[in-house]
Amino acid sequence: METRNSNGLDQFCASLDERPGLSILDLSGANQSTISFITGHGHRLYSDDFLLQLDTCFGDGDPYESQTNPVKVQEFLGSALDFGGDMFDGALVWDVLEHLTPPLLNTVVNRLRNLLRPGASLLAVFHAEERKDLVPSYSYRIQDHRTIAMAPRGRRRLAQYFNNRSLEKLFQDFHSVKFFLTRDALREVIVKR
Amino acid sequence: MWNRRKDEPSAPLPTPGAPTKSELAKEGIPMSTLPSRIAEPHHDLIRGNAVLGKSVIVKGQIVSREDLTIDGEVEGTVELQEHRLTVGPNGRVRATVKAREVVVLGTVHGNIETSDKIDIRKEAKLVGDIKTARIVIEDGAYFKGNIDIVRSEPSRTAVPAPKPQAVASTPSANAPALAAGAGDSKR
Repeated sequence: METRNSNGLDQFCASLDERPGLSILDLSGANQSTISFITGHGHRLYSDDFLLQLDTCFGDGDPYESQTNPVKVQEFLGSALDFGGDMFDGALVWDVLEHLTPPLLNTVVNRLRNLLRPGASLLAVFHAEERKDLVPSYSYRIQDHRTIAMAPRGRRRLAQYFNNRSLEKLFQDFHSVKFFLTRDALREVIVKR
Repeated sequence: MWNRRKDEPSAPLPTPGAPTKSELAKEGIPMSTLPSRIAEPHHDLIRGNAVLGKSVIVKGQIVSREDLTIDGEVEGTVELQEHRLTVGPNGRVRATVKAREVVVLGTVHGNIETSDKIDIRKEAKLVGDIKTARIVIEDGAYFKGNIDIVRSEPSRTAVPAPKPQAVASTPSANAPALAAGAGDSKR
């Protein structure tokens, strides 16, 4: 399992220290490390494995072609992004948005925006370079406020490549977008609702 | 006169602490060939674990005053306030659960509340909200839901009852046969 320092996570965690009892959403799948970190700071954590939900709904055939099927899209939104009316003070989205084709991507980003309370932060990770081949996929685990452990979980093809401009456009309905340059091939983005 | 004759086979040594036949005879206690059940609780009480096997289906309310293992199918509510619930690898629970401790190896759909700990093993699948003091989740386990850690306040932490003081040397009428037998040997 590789680990990396994360300025984006550091920024995200700064908002966790504002007050206890926040409600945080983590889409990387439940893991001991993130659970211990978030709950250790006195917060509630909602965990789900977004990529697993994606594969379950769209896994047959070409997943990106399936993502245009409106029936499957509704089924997916109902299973992956329905939290019974709960709102969140922060969202750890990690790299899941890279695996959504444009119509579904915009729907998911809008849904996430509506799930976040004003002032809430969202942390997302994108590849910094365009890649046509399969890229490694990870389960992201918070070790401390600056360190992420990345457990490999196979390889996936990216739905599309994002540069800074396309990311600004993607999150245009949010209050602010902040980019963090990293030394590796990943770009971290903190978005404020 | 009291020496054992050399050609006599030596009697088997008594189990340390166990009353001898002669001691039991003096006390008038029947010398049954079956092992004494005076100080031996029933095996189920020692284990304290009820089991619903994998072919059992229960729909309704389960309340248990002992540890419970579910390896079958349960729908409804499960309540074990001071005990542990284990959902076995074949267990399929669709219920609200309240227990001191829960161990999940199978499938649970429903909210779980524990006063101590929840342990989600790697083959488990749990969908529902968790309210607990501690949580352990293995890699490979699937969990979807809220996690709320509720730690008990220091004032509510159970203080172990003080151990009883040693009783005075004079044996009481209720003293077990062993103590009485040991006393008799000194006469």
